Amino acid sequence: MSNVLTISPSPHVHTDDSVRKIMYRVVLAMLPALAWSVFVFGLDALRVTLIAVAACMAFEYLIQRFVMKVTPSVNDGSALVTGILLAFNVPADLPWWILVLGAFVAVAVAKLSFGGLGSNIFNPALVGRVFLLISFPVQMTTWPVTKQAAVDATTAATPLGLIKEGILNGKPLNELMGTLPSTSDMLLGNIGGSLGEVSALMLLLGGLYMLWKKVITWHTPVAILGSMFVFGGIFWFVDPEAYLTPVFHLLAGGAMLGAIFMATDMVTSPMTGKGQLIYGVGIGVITMCIRLFGSYPEGISFAILIMNGFTPLINAYVKPKRFGGQK
Amino acid sequence: MSITIVYTVITLSAIGTLSAVVLYFVAQKFKVYEDPRIDQVEAALPGANCGGCGHAGCRAFAEACVKENDLSNLFCPVGGNECMSGVAGILGLEAVKKDPRVAVVRCNGTCEYRPKTSNFDGATTCAIASSLYSGETDCQYGCLGFGDCVVVCDFDAIHMNPVTGLPEVIDEKCVACGACVEACPKMLIELRKKFPKERKIYVACRNEDKGGQARKACQVACIGCSKCEKECAYDAITIANNLAFIDSDKCKLCRKCVSVCPTNAIIEVNFPPRKIQKETTESTTVNQ
Amino acid sequence: MLKTFKIGGVHPAENKFSSGREIEALALPKTAFIPVGQHIGAPAAPVVKKGDKVKTGQVIAQSNGFVSVNIHSSVSGTVKKIDLIPDASGYAKQGIVIDVEGDEWLETIDRSETLVNDFSFTGEEIIQKIKEAGIVGMGGATFPTHVKLVPPKGMKAGLLIINGVECEPYLTSDHRLMLEKADEIVVGTRLLMKALNVEKAVIGIENNKPDAIRLLKEKVAAYPAISITPLKVKYPQGGEKQLIKAVTGKEVPSGALPIAVGCVVSNVGTAFAVYEAVQKNKPLFERVVTVTGKSVKQPSNFKVRIGTPASELLEAAGGLPDDTGKIISGGPMMGKAVTSLEIPVTKGTSGLLLVPGAEARRDGRMACIRCSRCVTACPMGLEPYLLMTASEKQIWERAEKEKVMDCIECGSCSYTCPSSRPLLDYIRLGKGKVGQIIRSRKN
Repeated sequence: MSNVLTISPSPHVHTDDSVRKIMYRVVLAMLPALAWSVFVFGLDALRVTLIAVAACMAFEYLIQRFVMKVTPSVNDGSALVTGILLAFNVPADLPWWILVLGAFVAVAVAKLSFGGLGSNIFNPALVGRVFLLISFPVQMTTWPVTKQAAVDATTAATPLGLIKEGILNGKPLNELMGTLPSTSDMLLGNIGGSLGEVSALMLLLGGLYMLWKKVITWHTPVAILGSMFVFGGIFWFVDPEAYLTPVFHLLAGGAMLGAIFMATDMVTSPMTGKGQLIYGVGIGVITMCIRLFGSYPEGISFAILIMNGFTPLINAYVKPKRFGGQK
Repeated sequence: MSITIVYTVITLSAIGTLSAVVLYFVAQKFKVYEDPRIDQVEAALPGANCGGCGHAGCRAFAEACVKENDLSNLFCPVGGNECMSGVAGILGLEAVKKDPRVAVVRCNGTCEYRPKTSNFDGATTCAIASSLYSGETDCQYGCLGFGDCVVVCDFDAIHMNPVTGLPEVIDEKCVACGACVEACPKMLIELRKKFPKERKIYVACRNEDKGGQARKACQVACIGCSKCEKECAYDAITIANNLAFIDSDKCKLCRKCVSVCPTNAIIEVNFPPRKIQKETTESTTVNQ
Repeated sequence: MLKTFKIGGVHPAENKFSSGREIEALALPKTAFIPVGQHIGAPAAPVVKKGDKVKTGQVIAQSNGFVSVNIHSSVSGTVKKIDLIPDASGYAKQGIVIDVEGDEWLETIDRSETLVNDFSFTGEEIIQKIKEAGIVGMGGATFPTHVKLVPPKGMKAGLLIINGVECEPYLTSDHRLMLEKADEIVVGTRLLMKALNVEKAVIGIENNKPDAIRLLKEKVAAYPAISITPLKVKYPQGGEKQLIKAVTGKEVPSGALPIAVGCVVSNVGTAFAVYEAVQKNKPLFERVVTVTGKSVKQPSNFKVRIGTPASELLEAAGGLPDDTGKIISGGPMMGKAVTSLEIPVTKGTSGLLLVPGAEARRDGRMACIRCSRCVTACPMGLEPYLLMTASEKQIWERAEKEKVMDCIECGSCSYTCPSSRPLLDYIRLGKGKVGQIIRSRKN
């Protein structure tokens, strides 16, 4: 006992989990989807991801170091996650400068201006994505074709984009159905779309890993996908001529990506299981409303951001079940 | 087209007038009478809302002044006598004069004088540390050094000295609101009479252990030897529980107690250096 | 499906190194330091003075009010002084220092090992004997047992639960006691049942002690009123409220005592002490203490006299490891870090844990990422992150509204926080402040 003893209040043992481990597990969970995107979009996908990650980490470091004048916490892994998620949300051939701008909005505006990790109200990657979507609608909705698809086309539309555009042009649904990819293509990810959203299967794989490692709980994804299924199912059941099947809605667009990786962001989702169910159902219903009645083909980003805003309210009113509380 | 504009103007004006009438009656109905002097008194106060007077902010103090109709128990330490005479003028009352005071930290157990015997590794506030255990040194009465007093100070008047590990009061900024006195779990901070030229003499120790034990824990601990008590010609010094205390209201700043203290527990601040004694005090410090 | 409590809970590494080590009687100390306040409630008043000769088991400080207990001399010898001695928290408290000379016990104490099975006492007599023997809750809470055995007016106990859970990692003193003193514990349980006038008793044991479960099942086979309930391993199952929930499915209402749902909970150590007090006339002056730690040469369970300095226990366990960075009195989840090895064993000391320097310090505190693990882990269904913020910002009303007073200080929140935030530190502070506010409101 050469040194003086340490005194601290109990408990004196600590779980070996840490913020960094959680973040790296999220990164690990995103790897299958990333690998798939490289497979279908080629090295462009890797380029976009690397630029987004590098930009997010650089902005985080520079702003914390020189503007906020605090010790940079860039090694906690949260900027890495934000970068990958941002990349997952953009087309693989997005110009680098648009990506860097998106990273700036995500890290500087959505995260650090609120006080950094843990204090932000909205999911940083989604704020970055929505900012880009509104500012650069053309670049953000022009998707490159997958390598496996026809070689004569240079751009491909997402399944949801096809439908929305068709309906706006007054085409009947059954005519449009023929242009849609098959369910198995959508499950695998042989469709047009942003980097991370194409393969529902790979995203589910990552989700299962995170569930196993207890990074996320089942509440949010199940509530989102379940409510989308039910909501879409009701419309399909009432009028199958005018509406698509609920399974199509689950597999198309960013539903999986949003439900598994974006909405489950710890910082911006409610604390209790019950709260997460309310939050998830809110996201599912808003998403379907935008998809079915809005002018955008896809609405999960908006839905998540809207429900992020409700999270403090949900936290204030949905309390865990107290031990010995009167029923 | 024009008829639409006319209708719009008429409708909006009607709504506006109706609302104004409703508002007027509601305002009349729920009117609360408030003594206008409260506003005047509040305006005369410093507006620091520090709570040093014992009330929840300046407004509450102003209300108390008006309600009590007697200022003998009310005093704003921040504004001082000047401010209180202003308040008294507004209310036509007599203000009590009080000597200005200043916060003094009664511990001199710097890292050098008081060796650490343990390392605290919890949430770094004095309140938590003191409720857990006696502190990082063997002195259970001394400063913990986590700066709860610094956090509560609204006037930026107290800061931790990273070298000594003790808080230091900036006399010019201190308004004697007493927030730090409340915050210190070891009750080390005292509001003492403010002397001219910021001079002070006080026992910088609160250790009530027996002499030997106190000395073992800290080189500059008061050991309760009562030499200072005998030396003082003004009955300003009392010894209780192995600890000397100098009453600042009786002290005449003669500095005799300082030179007799065997452990240098009595501190003089802002005095001109003395020619011979200064050297001896310094040499004893070095020898320790 | 094994029973357990429903809300929250964590699974810290068990590290019960000493569970296979039999209880050894430790040699008497040269000097015993016996604090007069070893329990919850008023400290006892010393009744001996400097120079007095005392015998082992003699009352040296008298109970000082209803919620207070007698303190007995754990050794025979001469009272050296009655002075302030530093307790586990470093603050000096009154205590009696005795120079040990021989080991002469009071004649009334039966020192034989034979099992006594005498049930001729009435309930009141048993309670009286427990009170005189100075018995407190041996699990660490040190609440006077005789107070617990007298339910408040209008309330009736229906079930006695004996706590053999020992959910704290590292500690094995209760486990060993159950293995080695099973008969005595059963007799103690029956005595407690008689004192409480209850028809049923349950001994709750976590499933990581299958040998104890098996043995006690055999021993209680003859007494259908006593049953053994194996419980699924989960911390903090040894918490009174969690144990009642696990065994009976009933929840003690917020702010109420276990008696509100008709239960009284006692530790197995307490049951053993009750046996000794009633059947052997032996007051509480020794207890089983686990000495353990990752670097301790010989993790052991000792039968130790109250007042023995911790350093002597360590000596017997192979000396103080070189890498010691923290010394904990009690278990790692709720125990108290101590500043010196000179602190004496008291009635509530269940273990002495030596933590290597590398594990002694906490990880750096990071920002809360709202992962809600503390909410999931809290066995009381509270929101630790919110309570910590309320305490940090000194919003005591909010802390009170969010039921800070329900916190049992089990430490599950701080344990589980990936950001290593000092949740419990602040919640404890908030509990103290809100408690003060509530008391001042009542006055």
